Amino acid sequence: MAHAAHPAGGQPGTTGDSVTNPTPTGGPPDRGPQAHPKTVLEAAEINRALTRIAHEIIERTRGAEQVVLLGIPTRGVPLAGRLADRISQVEGRAVPHGSLDITMYRDDLRLRPARRLGPTQVPAEGIDGQTVVLVDDVLYSGRTARAALDALNDLGRPLAVQLAVLVDRGHRELPIRADYVGKNLPTSQQEVVRVLLTETDGEDAVLLEPVGAAAQPRRGGVTGRRR
Amino acid sequence: MNRHLISAADLSKQDALLILDTAEELAQVADRPIKKLPTLRGRTVVNLFFEDSTRTRISFEAAAKRLSADVINFAVKGSSVAKGESLKDTALTLEAMGADAVVVRHGASGAPQRLAGWLRGSVINAGDGAHEHPTQALLDAFTIRRRFGRGSGEALDGLRVTIVGDVLHSRVARSNVWLLRELGAEVALVAPPTLLPVAIDGWPCSVSYDLDAAVPKSDVVMMLRIQQERMNAAYFPSVREYSRRYGLDTVRLRQLPEDAIVMHPGPMNRGVEIAAEVADSPRSTIVEQVANGVSVRMAVLYLLLGGLEAAQ
Repeated sequence: MAHAAHPAGGQPGTTGDSVTNPTPTGGPPDRGPQAHPKTVLEAAEINRALTRIAHEIIERTRGAEQVVLLGIPTRGVPLAGRLADRISQVEGRAVPHGSLDITMYRDDLRLRPARRLGPTQVPAEGIDGQTVVLVDDVLYSGRTARAALDALNDLGRPLAVQLAVLVDRGHRELPIRADYVGKNLPTSQQEVVRVLLTETDGEDAVLLEPVGAAAQPRRGGVTGRRR
Repeated sequence: MNRHLISAADLSKQDALLILDTAEELAQVADRPIKKLPTLRGRTVVNLFFEDSTRTRISFEAAAKRLSADVINFAVKGSSVAKGESLKDTALTLEAMGADAVVVRHGASGAPQRLAGWLRGSVINAGDGAHEHPTQALLDAFTIRRRFGRGSGEALDGLRVTIVGDVLHSRVARSNVWLLRELGAEVALVAPPTLLPVAIDGWPCSVSYDLDAAVPKSDVVMMLRIQQERMNAAYFPSVREYSRRYGLDTVRLRQLPEDAIVMHPGPMNRGVEIAAEVADSPRSTIVEQVANGVSVRMAVLYLLLGGLEAAQ
């Protein structure tokens, strides 16, 4: 098993119960000062980052003519849609985009109960001979990207595969890097990156908060509870 | 989800919808050049069939193989069971071989339940006596949902399903009544009085004896096979008379509402419960049901075996 000798596989206890926040004096009840999420990207910054990534994709692929954008559910899918919109505004033609669910290809399936599958919608053009740009919200261990490469392998043979992410938070566990990054965000493994998007959460924001705060039911995609 | 799938009556609406939604995603695999997912690599699925079956066994085998599981087909003919081995000893043998899931079909109602008590792996009921056949009901529900254009997350609320024929010997009917009811459909049974079980009053459905009255009020008509091999008495005067009163012919087909569909779990007795023209009409979903069976069984295998070790 890929994860057998790996530290990431052996530390499931980050659900929040084990994290003791120092009790503040005069702080709000149930939430220590550390539990306050810090906004690291606001809506306007997310917008600008996506616009820049769209232009980088056009430049790197010489006009994005043979490009297919595939978002990884949940929050990669609306991001792929937004990038496709921006590229087609510049280039004046539709850019195919869709979604690629990687659940069945994960390397940690046996560590948790069976998960619900996300949608896979590959544009009619297919991916053979195209440049596929995988789109995700956060790049962390790199395991999702690895699973996505396996999933692509079963769908066809792209000319090239590239990776675009809104946030790269570091702590890679595999030899994987992103081609397009919205923001490099140095984080500690005790922190959680939470991405909110209008399509799924009603607002655009990227938040950084300590692991303990993730125990509270909240909206937004969470990256970092796995370890 | 439970660790086993013994009975459709055990499934909550939420469980059933999870299986159908998962099947909806997995159905796409059939359209790909590589019809395989790596999810159950290294898991072993045993097909343990004490009764004859073509489509169910092949369907489970295809489903397990598409998920990369190893499949062992255990046909009773030619095995030690033919020499008098008990069900429990067979179970212990399978256990020793490291079966992660056992798909079992047995002539005795309740055999999968007994088996589940002896095995550490998951037990999936592929038909036990006249009791239940839960994956058939799930694939029927999946077929109905698709044909009526409903998508992921949607149930069968408001649809009227009429199940016709040999309810007494039918595990398909029982599983369907409970599952379709749980999913919000209205279920009606139509059968000769001799082919209804004694405790039918306790089933969550209506019962009548007149097919001509039921047909115009049905969105789905599900025809059951006359199970000659289980009949040890004369339940109706003649096959011809049964066919006249309870068979779906072209005349009755025309009485169906415009969008209604015709289902049959197979194998069909053409000319008895269903006329050949009806079975081959565009309203018939019989071939689709077989294809959908593979997707639904993939979903069941994935949800039972794909996650954390079931025993924990």
